Amino acid sequence: MADKIFRVNMTDLSTSIEDVPADWAGHGGRGLTSNIVAAEVPPTCHPLGPDNKLIFAPGLLSGTTASNSGRISAGAKSPLTGTIKESNSGGTSAQRLAKIGCKALIIEGQPQDDGWYSLLVTPEGVTISKEEELVGKGNFAIVEAVEKRFSDKIGILSIGQAGEMLMTGANISVKDPDSHVRSLGRGGLGAVMGSKKIKFIALDAKDGKVELADADAFRAANKVFTKALIDHPVSQALGTYGSNVLVNIINEAGGLPTKNFSSGQFEGHEQISGETMHDLIVERGGKPTHGCHAGCVIKCSQIYNDLKGNYKTSGMEYESIWAMGADCTVDDLDQIAEMDSIMDDIGIDSIETSVAFGVAMEAKVLDFGDSKEMIRILTEEIAKGTALGRVIGNGAGSVGKTYGVIRVPVVKNQAIPAYDPRAIKGIGITYATSTQGADHTMGYTIATEILGVGGTADPLSKEGMVELSRGLQIATAAIDSTGMCLFIAFAALDDETCLPALIDMLNARFGIELTADDVTNLGMSILKTEHAFNIAAGFTNLDDRLPKFFETEPIAPHNAVWDFTGEEIDTFWDF
Amino acid sequence: MKVNVKLFAFFREGRFIKEDKELPEGTTTGQVVDDLNIDREEVGVLLLNSRHCKFDKILQEGDIYAIFPVIGGG
Repeated sequence: MADKIFRVNMTDLSTSIEDVPADWAGHGGRGLTSNIVAAEVPPTCHPLGPDNKLIFAPGLLSGTTASNSGRISAGAKSPLTGTIKESNSGGTSAQRLAKIGCKALIIEGQPQDDGWYSLLVTPEGVTISKEEELVGKGNFAIVEAVEKRFSDKIGILSIGQAGEMLMTGANISVKDPDSHVRSLGRGGLGAVMGSKKIKFIALDAKDGKVELADADAFRAANKVFTKALIDHPVSQALGTYGSNVLVNIINEAGGLPTKNFSSGQFEGHEQISGETMHDLIVERGGKPTHGCHAGCVIKCSQIYNDLKGNYKTSGMEYESIWAMGADCTVDDLDQIAEMDSIMDDIGIDSIETSVAFGVAMEAKVLDFGDSKEMIRILTEEIAKGTALGRVIGNGAGSVGKTYGVIRVPVVKNQAIPAYDPRAIKGIGITYATSTQGADHTMGYTIATEILGVGGTADPLSKEGMVELSRGLQIATAAIDSTGMCLFIAFAALDDETCLPALIDMLNARFGIELTADDVTNLGMSILKTEHAFNIAAGFTNLDDRLPKFFETEPIAPHNAVWDFTGEEIDTFWDF
Repeated sequence: MKVNVKLFAFFREGRFIKEDKELPEGTTTGQVVDDLNIDREEVGVLLLNSRHCKFDKILQEGDIYAIFPVIGGG
């Protein structure tokens, strides 16, 4: 069965299944969501109005046995940034959608009434139902109830209270293999789903399977690919310490934004580090090694138990821990785990919201380090939609505007994550030029600047940084289209067998003859499509800039400032 | 001379988190790695006073020297 486009119109509550247009046939994941948004969403539309569309697409290899291929992409015009947006996540949804035979699920329009709805997607099509029971509920209750209604095999995409209340920090949550949630974060796609009045989407693949054009070639390539992933030392460290292994090295390098970006080192770094977290997890009978989707061989996630040895949370990332930790000067992992769990349940972005807390602390709304008050605000203000809750739930830019704070670390209104661009300059180019606001995952120059993977570059020098960021942003756009986890990039940068094996798998899946150049061209074309959407939405090169304070406030210990000129930044788009 | 040596991730196993080491003048960054029985092949990053360096750097009194295995994240 050929993959199809599933379309849902929430204005007239109609659904359809369509053939895949030739222009979209070679796309998956981010490439597909961005091409659909570019083709069908008016760039100047209101992101929460009827003209925006929410698109879900599994990656090109999702649903196959390819290692680490279980990432789902969601796309729309972002209500946080006003730019095009693609977010991707692990969990079980990519594999379910691929096995349903759904190349993309397009949700358009907006109901005329105030009621809420749910969608059930199966190989036969989409069913729209009224939803009452779960309105106002968090993601944990949703997963439990929806599994009871259908089965524990069901895939679930859902929004918590933040998405219902259209907060621009809202995530779409994705059920993982343990019935916990992962997040389609950054950019407020949960608010777009809330604006369509959809509380959850259930995915039932029944006995659907993904067909391979050449199963033997696919198997052989996957073997080579998997070995490259497993053998790479970064994969091994990720499995042991998680991405949180970065706290100590970024702190040591002087690039750990601390106390709302006023210093580059955090006194409490050791208490929130990956090493400490690993030891705590082992001591309490949790799991330091855990995959966010079936088929992952890196397993950077973890099961974090509380003091009594009961499950607290999983999948805590470095950037979330940094944001709640160093940026808000909280040095207690249990408090951080508690907040991580609450944010998963409310369905709100743990980077955006925590950076928003840092700005609120600077405005003296609460004290730096006051994690108890953060927890109270999350549960009593954000989850309940009070005025303060909405100010913080709408992100760092919203808090800055409300309280007149100048030091607001955002680009295109999206919070800057866990690497200070004054001390690690290449990542600043990524923040400035990314088509989706500040986002380290768009072009992870840290690999080269700090970690020595894929070469080396002096993080305090501007030399070669535009080219470094460009190359990585192009490669990332391509990887984000395959359904692959971005952490395959460490092996891909260092092991020459990795990328050819990935391309061989794509060819064996579809019976095509892609080359490495085709993959690079795919990445370039995705970036250009996204950039063109933003320009048509009213963005100019002057939006590709970091906040002024990075140029005027030197950061310790290097006393470095952001010193790229606008002209230098603008050369990013010379390709 | 006194140098503050810090270890990270699995380099800590059976060694230490951080220690002030009394080292002879002229000791290089690589010698410290060798003295700790750390395989140079396993070293990912060396940071001397928060700046990247290689195995040939001569240490100075009061230096802060951090040794990391190959790690990553993001």
